[in-house]
Amino acid sequence: MSGDWPLWEVFIRSRGGLSHRHAGSVHAPDAQLALAHARDTYTRRQEGVSLWVVPSKEIVASDPDHAGELFEPAESKIYRHPTFYDIPDEVKHI
Amino acid sequence: MTAPDAGRVDYLLRLGDDSLILGQRLGEWCGHAPALEVDLTLANFALDLIGQATLLLGEAGDADQLAFHRDVLDLKNCLLVEQPNGDFARTIARQLLFSTWQHLLLQRLTQSTDRFLTEFAAKAVKEVAYHRELASEWTIRLGDGTDESARRMADGLDWCWRFIPELFEVDDVLEALIAAGVAPDPRQFEDEYRRSLAAVLAEAKLDPPAEQRPILGGRRGHHSEHLGHILAPMQYLQRTYPGAKW
Repeated sequence: MSGDWPLWEVFIRSRGGLSHRHAGSVHAPDAQLALAHARDTYTRRQEGVSLWVVPSKEIVASDPDHAGELFEPAESKIYRHPTFYDIPDEVKHI
Repeated sequence: MTAPDAGRVDYLLRLGDDSLILGQRLGEWCGHAPALEVDLTLANFALDLIGQATLLLGEAGDADQLAFHRDVLDLKNCLLVEQPNGDFARTIARQLLFSTWQHLLLQRLTQSTDRFLTEFAAKAVKEVAYHRELASEWTIRLGDGTDESARRMADGLDWCWRFIPELFEVDDVLEALIAAGVAPDPRQFEDEYRRSLAAVLAEAKLDPPAEQRPILGGRRGHHSEHLGHILAPMQYLQRTYPGAKW
């Protein structure tokens, strides 16, 4: 039965103020049951306060073959990390 | 024990045994459901129900003693919950019929004069609202699905339909508890129950099953042959090794 069902990606907001994070995936015949399956599969232990489900086929992913040109140029640019500043002790939350 | 207390204990056993037996039934699906996700859904329902039974039987006496050391004639559950799982559609039909009734009951039980029951109902009503919702959604998908799923859903409803009248039966024990404000009167929500089922079946494009001769008696310990077959594996360990603990 579930072999005929499309795959859905599940995102959970663990508590108010935090972003939804990818938790995994479920099979379901439609969006509403995908939410139910996500709830039953991934929030059994109070993992979340909000759920998103997205059809997996709608996810646009980067091509692993292009990882070199996409991500490696950032490796040598350490000046993009804000590590060259002294942060005064009085400044909180940075 | 005074008479009202005996009635209260009887009521706790009725509600507790409903949850215990349906929880055990749903547990039989574990590892056998049509899909992994559905397996979890049914197991979650079962765990909610076993949790309810633990609270209710614990208020009636020693929960483990009551669950594992009573025989068929002493159980007070309604006949609907002990019916075999059948196929997935029949399990969903049983769940729709029971969860809709249980939800309407628990909504009213939150207004009980009995403090334990109001607190119990406030907790359980949210669990059961979800059971009712999901059983409705599955009924609609199976009924308005393929020819085979529609046939199976209709057969499942047809099997379970004759056990509805028992849910609304009021005997002397219940009458006294209704008068005391402890228990809601189920007759007051039978119309709402029937309308709710009719709405789900209409959306599922299914005709309501023909009314059948009702079967009653669970509340008095008169059960179908199926209940003993649930109790045997459920009680085996405690009966063989009384008092065994983890």
